[in-house]
Parts: sequence; C-alpha cells; structure tokens
Amino acid sequence: MKFETFEAANYNTILATALAGGTGPDVMMVRAYGGLENVATAGYLEELTTDSVPALADFAPSALDAERVRADGKLYAVPFASQTQLVIYNKAIFDANGLAEPQSWDELVALSQKLKDAGVIPFANGTATAWQNETVTFGLGSSLMGQDFYDALMAGEADFTDPRFTDALGAIAEVAAEYFPDGFIGLDYPSAQQLFASGMAGMFIGGSYEMAAFQGLNPDIELGVFAAPGKTADDAKLVGLYFDGGYAANAAGANKEASIKFLNYLASQEFGQAFANMLSNVSTVPGVTFDNALLAEVNDLNKSSIPYLMLAHFRYGEPSGSVLIQGEMQKLFSGETTPEAIGEALTTGLAAWYEPFQN
Amino acid sequence: MPKLRMTGRGLWITILIVPPLVFVALFIVYPIVSAFAYAFFDWQGLRRGEFVGLDNFWTVLFVEPYRSWTVNAFTHNIVVFFALMVLQNGLGFILAYALWRELPGARFHRVAVFLPVVLSTIIVAYLFKLFLHPLFGVVNISLKGIGLGWLAQPWLGQGSTALWSLIIAQAWHMVGFPTLVFLAGMQRIPGEILDAVRMETESEWVKITKVVWPLVAPSATIVFTLLFVGAFNWFELPYIMAGLDGSPYGSTDVLGLYFYRTAFGNVSSGQQDFGLGSALAVLIFIFIAAVASVITVRLRAREIQL
Repeated sequence: MKFETFEAANYNTILATALAGGTGPDVMMVRAYGGLENVATAGYLEELTTDSVPALADFAPSALDAERVRADGKLYAVPFASQTQLVIYNKAIFDANGLAEPQSWDELVALSQKLKDAGVIPFANGTATAWQNETVTFGLGSSLMGQDFYDALMAGEADFTDPRFTDALGAIAEVAAEYFPDGFIGLDYPSAQQLFASGMAGMFIGGSYEMAAFQGLNPDIELGVFAAPGKTADDAKLVGLYFDGGYAANAAGANKEASIKFLNYLASQEFGQAFANMLSNVSTVPGVTFDNALLAEVNDLNKSSIPYLMLAHFRYGEPSGSVLIQGEMQKLFSGETTPEAIGEALTTGLAAWYEPFQN
Repeated sequence: MPKLRMTGRGLWITILIVPPLVFVALFIVYPIVSAFAYAFFDWQGLRRGEFVGLDNFWTVLFVEPYRSWTVNAFTHNIVVFFALMVLQNGLGFILAYALWRELPGARFHRVAVFLPVVLSTIIVAYLFKLFLHPLFGVVNISLKGIGLGWLAQPWLGQGSTALWSLIIAQAWHMVGFPTLVFLAGMQRIPGEILDAVRMETESEWVKITKVVWPLVAPSATIVFTLLFVGAFNWFELPYIMAGLDGSPYGSTDVLGLYFYRTAFGNVSSGQQDFGLGSALAVLIFIFIAAVASVITVRLRAREIQL
C-alpha cells in the first residue's frame, strides 16, 4: 500500500484534479458538508452502506450526515473526527483567582469582571481575522440560541430574525465590548492565540483543535474546557459540533474490494482508538476511550451539542452563511449594525439559495 | 516560391527564439485564452458543465450578491488608484525634485527612499501589521506615549481606517519607484535649458510647472500607467494584511481578492466557481487593457521630444 500526503491548502485542488484525470487514489480523505459535495456529486466516490461497511450502523447520525450528499441522502465516507467549539481556559489563572466554570451567563460575566479587576484579559479573542467571528459567535452563543431554536430553524419554522438568535448576538457583543482585549476588532488570530498561550488572558473561545496549538506554544500551560453557559443555570449547555472529514473509496478504483475492506478497518474501534491516542483528536468511532483527560472531557461535552450552524447547513451556496455572519459580526463589534439587522441580513442574504427562506 | 533554407544565422535565431515563444505561449497565452473560454461554461466544483454563453458575466455584474460585491471591490480599487496617485506618485515627484536639487543629505536619501522597494511585499505587509497591532503596535504605543491616546485605533479592524492603512503601507513600500523614475527623467534635462530658465526667473514654482514637469512627461507616462495596472491588480498586500475576505466586512476588498475567492473558494467560508471567477478575470483584464491603452496614448501625446 502506498500512502501520500499533500499540503492542506491545496488538497482539494490536487484531489479533484487527480480524480478528474482518472489517476485518483483508491482510498482518500475527503472533506465534510459542502466540501464533500464538490467531489461526490461529480460521481467520483463509491457509495457506502451498512452492508458494505457494517460498523457505520453504530456511528452517530450527525457524523454520518456530514458525509452525505443532501440531494440523494447517500453516504460517501467514513467520518474520522469531530471538532468542538467551546471555551478553553487557563486553569492556573482560574485557580489563582478562585474561579470555577460558570453555570449561567451572569456567572460568566461576573468571572470575566473578576479577571479584569485582577489585571488579566478575560478573553484573548480578536476578530480582525474574518473566520474568527464565526467561531466566537457559535462557541459563545450556542447555548443562548438553544436546541429549540436550532430545531425550529431546521424545521423551517424559524429564520435568523428569531429573537433567540438575535438576543444571543447582542449578549455576545456586550461581553466582547467589555471583556475582549482593547482594540480586539483589530487583533488578528495568531496574536489572539499568543495572548492566551502566554498566560496574559484567562479564556479563549475556539475549537477543540486549539488545545494542541496552545500546548505547542506553551508546554507548561494547563488547560480546561467548558461549554459556554445559557442564560440561566437550568438551560442546557451546548457546544457547537462539526465533523472534519472522512475516508472514501474511489468509484473508479481498480482495487475496489480491497478499498472497502480497508474502509471497514478505518471504521473499526481498533483504528478509532489508535487515531485518538496518536493524533489527539476526537475520533467519531463509537466506543473509543480517551487517555488524554482533556479529550475525554471534550468528548463528554459533545454529548450535549448543536451542529456548528453555518458550516453544517449554510455553506452550500453563495453567499454562504459563514461569509455573512463573519462580516455582520465584524460590523456589530464595531457598532455599525444591530443584532436585529443581522437577523434580517442573514435571512434575506441566504434566501438567494436556501429554499425555506424564500417565501 | 523562395526556398526556405536554414543558414547558420537563421538557425541561431530560431534556436534562441523558439524556447521563449513556447514558454510565452504555454504559460501566458494559453492560460489567458483558456480563462476566456472557462468564463463561458457552467462549473460544478471543478467539473465543467454546459456552455452558458454570457451568463457568468451577467451574474457577476448584475445578480445579487455578486453585483454588490463587484461594485464594492471595484470602488475600492478606484480609491486605491487615486490615493496612490497622490501618495505614491505625487510624493515621488516631490522627493525626486528634492534629490535632484541636491539638498543636504541627498546621497543618503537617494538610497533610503529606494530601500523599501527592494523589500518583499510579505515583509512590508507583516511589518505594517506589527506597527498597527492594537495592543503592542508602535503606532498606538507612540500615540499613547505622547499623550494622544485617544487617537489610538484598532487600525486594521474598522472599516473607516482599514483600507487607508493598507494604502499607506503600499505607498511607503513603493514610493521609491516613481521617485527613481522621475529623478532619472530630471537628470536627462539638458543643462542649457536650465541655464536659460535661470536667466528668466528665480521661482522654483515656475521652474517646476513650466520646465521640469513638462520635460519629465515620459517618466510620468510610465509611472501613471504602471500605477494604474498595479492598483487594479492589487493583491499581495491586502491578502496578507486583511485576508481573502477583505476583512473587516469587505471594507478592504479589491478585485484581486474577490476574483481569487470566487474562483478558488475560501477554505473557511466559500464555494469555488471557476466560471464566475474566470468571467471576473476576463472583465478585469479587458478593463485594465482598455484604460491603460487610453492613458498611454493620451499621455504620450503630451510628451515633448528634445
């Protein structure tokens, strides 16, 4: 077996070119959601079923949905990892200031104030890098928006003008104005990471993929994670969850039988366990246990989650929900729009291609 | 019919000219022609769909959200062009004049002014990003240090200052180029003309407007045309300082970024569409070629041959 890797930024292009030229690999990594569709709708991937890969029957439905094409509902890949949007905090700073993980929004605000009074930047986040706005919005706001809003949105009963959504944006903007670094709208992503990793800030709103980055920047840092709370302590604490990608087989491959056999291994607990242990990522294979305590905690938090909204559902057309929310949140943070206007802008913008918003 | 016979000299010419011709054809003509062709097809991801005529052009020019994105990016290119015309070419002329007049320290300044041009855009862009850093940037820290703390801004994070920050970085980077071209033009002015002028007037202003400026017209043609092409192809500096999205909220978006995003997608947020991207590229190319030709012809007309 031959294993080849490519640089991430050009991976899509290289893969698509190889597949189109008929020289694609037998088994390959593919993206999830809209990124999967680019490859799958062109007919390059072999459809997977629970007959060909029986282990898939036990995978979480949301993980499988990430590797399906919406039009025909067919599954094309074995999902390999999930990422979680949440709040990462510096344990030493929390301990030194006698702080505990917040149970309600008021507690979150109170502990931020305490950090600020102690001369620590509460949140390291900056929003000059566009995609960070989306991370901040859903890493901090998923519990405020709530499962009910998500369900209603998916059922076509609500759109983004819903107060559950716009109120969450308002609350996020208030926290940002008060507890993000001075001039955070001009602070880019690497600087924000540095602020947190160097211990100048207590919390960082971001993806579970940040944990390894922080430990790389500062091996001594002790990290904790929590799901940003809802309004009251009774509200469910939700993280934003999405799936990274999957393993797929080439429909035109010469060794299809062997490919499917290999995919069965990639869906097995043995592989999932090795994946989690060696790559420190949350494997999607059910029943995998985590040596790394942080990873185990993230995996627990994942049990109470809503999908990372724009990636999972609104990146299938132009303008994408991600482009819209990123720009609109930047406007909100610099005081040039209101949460209600964002609700309008998202709903009318997405109506260009998202059918439930078109009437 | 004359016989085609390869003499020694002809053979040499052929050997020397064929490789570059092939190179140009393969890497310049072919991509331009194929981009032109791509623009007339519908694309699903990387797979070419059916022929759609002028649909892609129509979409980027008149269908939302592309229409407002195109207008937004184009407007910024125009702002950039006029701003740099003043900050880069205008300042360049003044600097060149000062250097030409051999003011004290001219030797040192001739090198100093041109030095940034030698730096790579990546270095300049990162340098200015650090200067403008909201917390540790030398700009904000200096402002606070001299008691002007209220002027400290998140420069790259707000729509009102982001594009201008990029423009100033660009002007700083490239001002040495028009300076050098103007200076070369001024040094070509014959001494007799200058002596004759000195008999007539002592005024520097008259000297500049009536003699120097008209006589450096060929230099002006070059720097104006290059600036125009550069301003409408502007990509590297905004890409590094503001990112593919023209952050914040499209306030630094220019045609180059917008084209790239549309054709190749944006990892964290967008789709890729070669058809629309190619249509944009073709429109940008036609616009630049047309206007640059007009500028060149008109400016050539006012040049004076000595």
